[in-house]
Amino acid sequence: MSTTQNPVVDNGVNVQALLGARQALTDAPPAAQFQWRASCEWVKGTHSRTTISGFSGLGQEHSHRQPYTVESDHPEVFASEDNAATPPEIVLAALASCLTGGIATVATHRGIQLRSVTATIEGAMDLQGILGIDSDVRNGFNGIKVTYAIDADASKADIEALVAQSQKRSAVFDIIANPTTVQVDVA
Amino acid sequence: MRTPVVVIGAGQAGLAMSHHLAGRGIDHVVLDRGEVAQSWRNERWDSLRLLTPNWMTRLPGHRYEGPDPDGFMDKNETVAFLDGYGRSIGAPVHTHVDVEQVTARAGGFEVATDQGTWTCDAVVAATGASSEPRLPAVAAELPGRVDQLTALQYRNPDQLRDGEVLVVGASASGAQIADELRRSGRQVAIAVGEHVRLPRTHRGRDIHWWMDAIGQLDERYDEVDDINRARRLPSLQLVGSPERRTLDLNALCASGVDVVGKLMRIVGQKAQFSGALGNLVANADLKLYRLLARIDEFASDNDLDGELPEPTAPAPTMLGTVPTELELGRFATVIWATGYRPSYSWLDRAAFDQYGRIVHDGGVCALSGLYLLGLPFLRRRKSSFIDGVGADAAELAGHLHAHLDNRGL
Repeated sequence: MSTTQNPVVDNGVNVQALLGARQALTDAPPAAQFQWRASCEWVKGTHSRTTISGFSGLGQEHSHRQPYTVESDHPEVFASEDNAATPPEIVLAALASCLTGGIATVATHRGIQLRSVTATIEGAMDLQGILGIDSDVRNGFNGIKVTYAIDADASKADIEALVAQSQKRSAVFDIIANPTTVQVDVA
Repeated sequence: MRTPVVVIGAGQAGLAMSHHLAGRGIDHVVLDRGEVAQSWRNERWDSLRLLTPNWMTRLPGHRYEGPDPDGFMDKNETVAFLDGYGRSIGAPVHTHVDVEQVTARAGGFEVATDQGTWTCDAVVAATGASSEPRLPAVAAELPGRVDQLTALQYRNPDQLRDGEVLVVGASASGAQIADELRRSGRQVAIAVGEHVRLPRTHRGRDIHWWMDAIGQLDERYDEVDDINRARRLPSLQLVGSPERRTLDLNALCASGVDVVGKLMRIVGQKAQFSGALGNLVANADLKLYRLLARIDEFASDNDLDGELPEPTAPAPTMLGTVPTELELGRFATVIWATGYRPSYSWLDRAAFDQYGRIVHDGGVCALSGLYLLGLPFLRRRKSSFIDGVGADAAELAGHLHAHLDNRGL
């Protein structure tokens, strides 16, 4: 496959390996079936700790280099201890990380050298939903706004196209923007 | 019955192939389940016109020569044009022949029809890209009280019972149907997924004139970066109309159509739409401006600026606040304009890979002696246009000729 990759561009992304994986998965779609997993343990109050270590894909089991943990809690204004970020804030972090990683990948593929990428992300929420005050108000965000400041060797139009393409290829953008069936069971 | 070549389908593709086979002195028959241009006769809505202007309505050895080169043929004119082409080239068309099964036999094919079986050395499948509607999985979730029909079944607004309509899909079909329903006085919502926005004209010339002039329509399948993606691109969001108007989301909004994101799911009494519409719209606008910049650069490089009006940029798409959920109860009818796909249910399974895809290189199938014609971006970007199928037919006829020669025939 031909690419527009410029050899002097180094954003720390191995685009050739990704293109190779894309071709391999095109030829063998079953290998593209992945499962991501996490386990969450209640600590105390609203404080919990999620551990992430294994996932499956490419027809086999994989482990992260080491298990990772993500802690979450509620802030003091909700009479909690504020041991960590709230779950909705972690969702915002996941979205920003996903889009930012995508920007670096697409930029490298397009031969754009990045110097700095900063995202500011805001999620508006009406607490009347969670608290059951108004059943017409949803629990989740009313809307999410992400603003990128990007310093790169590219025109404004090229940077806008880069940001647009990263949304098109983002898992978390899709997870948030589109409905997903969620099933919660008690084992 | 025996013939060297059976061409299946007597539309633009089958007829263009017939012309090139005849030019090479290759005996053949063209079989069609109905008449010439059958799908234009029976599977299109009443008001549909070609998306390309009359001057571009060209097939090998035949072209529009009427008084309105910048106009767009309606359905009847298109049927008459193709009919006239078939007669002018003396295409050996056998009408009302249903092909039931094509089977590869040692060194050739057996084509079983409801009018008997043909044996031949080569088969050209020219049955078109729009044999069947492509429906999303969510179609199965729609409650029975809502009428649903596909763009292939839609004819005109009077066909629908009273009430609001949800049109799903915003390429040429969906945008045109939503626009027509709104003009008839209906309340209409349109669910918009990935789409290709284009102005009908730019600097006084048709957008297809420009796309042709800059060479975009001639881009070849073996030259583009990702042919699979290029083939999957939605059709251009255009309408052919006497006033050469632009039909985009801004125009639909201005006429009072409610624009929402891609239809994702039905939950209880609610239809849920994607919240990603903003990105799709931004992408479509960016690609539009990139194309127009390329066109303007071409105009300057070719000293056209003096004779053309100054460039004007279409306004960015402005949708305001778009809901992600609508009450299903407000809709009497849902129209699926979510794309089409070819149907090869009659074709030997040996032509397909394990995932049900026909294995081919620009229409030359891995199953030796089988050819495809008339599909989007088969060999060049204009492959599925009337103006594009001729070049593909010429190349494939050449390959087919060599195939027959190699077999010592």
